[in-house]
Amino acid sequence: MTNRTVLVLLDPATEVRTSVLELLTIARGLGRVEAVALEAPTVEVLAQLGAYGVETVRQAQPARDGASVSGDERHLPAVVAAGLAAAVRLTDADVVLLPTSFAAKEAAALAAHELGAGLVIDAASVREQGGRIVAGKRVFAGSWDTECAVTTDVAVVTVRANSAVAQPAAAAVEPVTEGFAVEVAPSPVKLLSREVKSDTSGRPPLDQAAVVVAGGRGTDGDFGPVEDLADALGAAVGASRDAAFEGWWDTYVGQTGVTVAPRVYIGAGISGAPHHRGGMQASQVIIAVNSDPEAPIFEICDFAVVGRLADVLPQAAAEIRKHKG
Amino acid sequence: MRIVVTAKYVPDINTERGFEDRRVVRNAGDGTLNELDENAIEAALRLVEAERESGSIGPQEGEVVVITMAGPDGDVALRKAFQLGVDRGIRVSDDALAGSDYFGTAAVLAAAVRKLGEESPVDLVVTGMAALDGLGSVIPTLLGAELGLPTLNLAKKVELAGRVLTITRELGDVTEQLSGPLPAVLSVTDTANQPRFPGFKLIMAARSKAIEVWSPADIGIDPAVAGTAGARTETLSAAPRPERAEPEIVTDKGEGGVALADFLIRNDLV
Repeated sequence: MTNRTVLVLLDPATEVRTSVLELLTIARGLGRVEAVALEAPTVEVLAQLGAYGVETVRQAQPARDGASVSGDERHLPAVVAAGLAAAVRLTDADVVLLPTSFAAKEAAALAAHELGAGLVIDAASVREQGGRIVAGKRVFAGSWDTECAVTTDVAVVTVRANSAVAQPAAAAVEPVTEGFAVEVAPSPVKLLSREVKSDTSGRPPLDQAAVVVAGGRGTDGDFGPVEDLADALGAAVGASRDAAFEGWWDTYVGQTGVTVAPRVYIGAGISGAPHHRGGMQASQVIIAVNSDPEAPIFEICDFAVVGRLADVLPQAAAEIRKHKG
Repeated sequence: MRIVVTAKYVPDINTERGFEDRRVVRNAGDGTLNELDENAIEAALRLVEAERESGSIGPQEGEVVVITMAGPDGDVALRKAFQLGVDRGIRVSDDALAGSDYFGTAAVLAAAVRKLGEESPVDLVVTGMAALDGLGSVIPTLLGAELGLPTLNLAKKVELAGRVLTITRELGDVTEQLSGPLPAVLSVTDTANQPRFPGFKLIMAARSKAIEVWSPADIGIDPAVAGTAGARTETLSAAPRPERAEPEIVTDKGEGGVALADFLIRNDLV
């Protein structure tokens, strides 16, 4: 084990998402792990962090012009970035790991800019080689693998969900929460409103799910069979961009939507246009259900059914429920 | 209203994309204007057009300038921007700029914006949400940081009232409304607008419209801050992924769903 210090962003600090557990697992392979939060972690969160080997939680106390930054403002990328940069200076950390959401990318870029640090976005792996941090990326819709080394002292890396299997530490520790002051630069940008959509579906978040079932134009607007199969598998539901633009489903998989790389991806009634493939082609196993045997998605899948999704999906769901007992 | 749009020349996503000598292959034949930059151009044009319609500027006033950092092949991207109706196209070019990382790219683009600002004030910089080759999505953020301007990212809705810009953005399960005063940096998503189709007159005019080429010296920047020399990351390898094995394809004759479930079960994926 090196004496490297690795900071992992924990935002929000009211829950530990699977993507954060994956980050903590990767971080432990690189050095000593600390978490950076913008609010007080709950008791449950602390216990989970301890199980994953986090010794210290650094809780940023951001202030701007002498006034404390509180509430929703704390989640603004500029505030998160100021917290991360200050935490790096405080702990003399070498690596900062973040998940790969748009908000986290913004915070990562600002923190790296402030620190003069090298930045890697959307890494699929992070390792140490010859004293440098080396990050792997899967690019061009999953068709190429690249690796790059960070040449600066500090590396800021956003890591894609499902890049590692979350593993608790060999021995749990009891994390200590330590506050630290952060001066946030004045900004004329005002947060007028912030709404968090509460998800009552009980399904895993699309960007973090191990199994994804997505529906496209072929659903004709009926996502019932897609949801049915997803629920039989404990999967997240997504859509193609076309289907989302039709208003049939909220979130879409694609290179400008949510990028997914689950263990299993099932595309139903999705032709597999380049835009969509760019958001899912890095999936481990790809399954397609489409009535058109010429659909381009068949070129990149491992298993396919040529048929009507309204027939195939419910039958598969019933069979899986039977198997699960 | 004077708006600068940053654009990128990228390999067409419908072509076979790849690397050569650890660099992205950029051929004139397979290269194009990053599709997401069309949304940025559309947003910029609409803002200028709205000002003209409201009478707050004259019918000949207002300007949209597109800048790109690229080799000569990048003119393809600027010609496309001309077809959409932008007024000026500038390419910042130098062999030493090749291999720039996010920070080098942002530093060069910011220097070009500052140079334009010396001619006459720039009110707004608009970018797309990402470039479809790298998909990093961080250039607008870094551009704002370099220029010291308020940055409003990933707008799906843009409103300008006087000199205050208000955007709505959706980040996963969060919806935010943010506002900031001009001058500012704005990035727009692919749902912000529907880019226009080029008109015949503009297509014809775009062929012969002059492209300005600026060197690092022209914009007062040391090329060593960008390019491979200034990069904070070094690409070690780039290799094509092995082709997927031939897929197993079942035609549904009443048992397609059972076959799908069986595939998942026998591969231990349930």
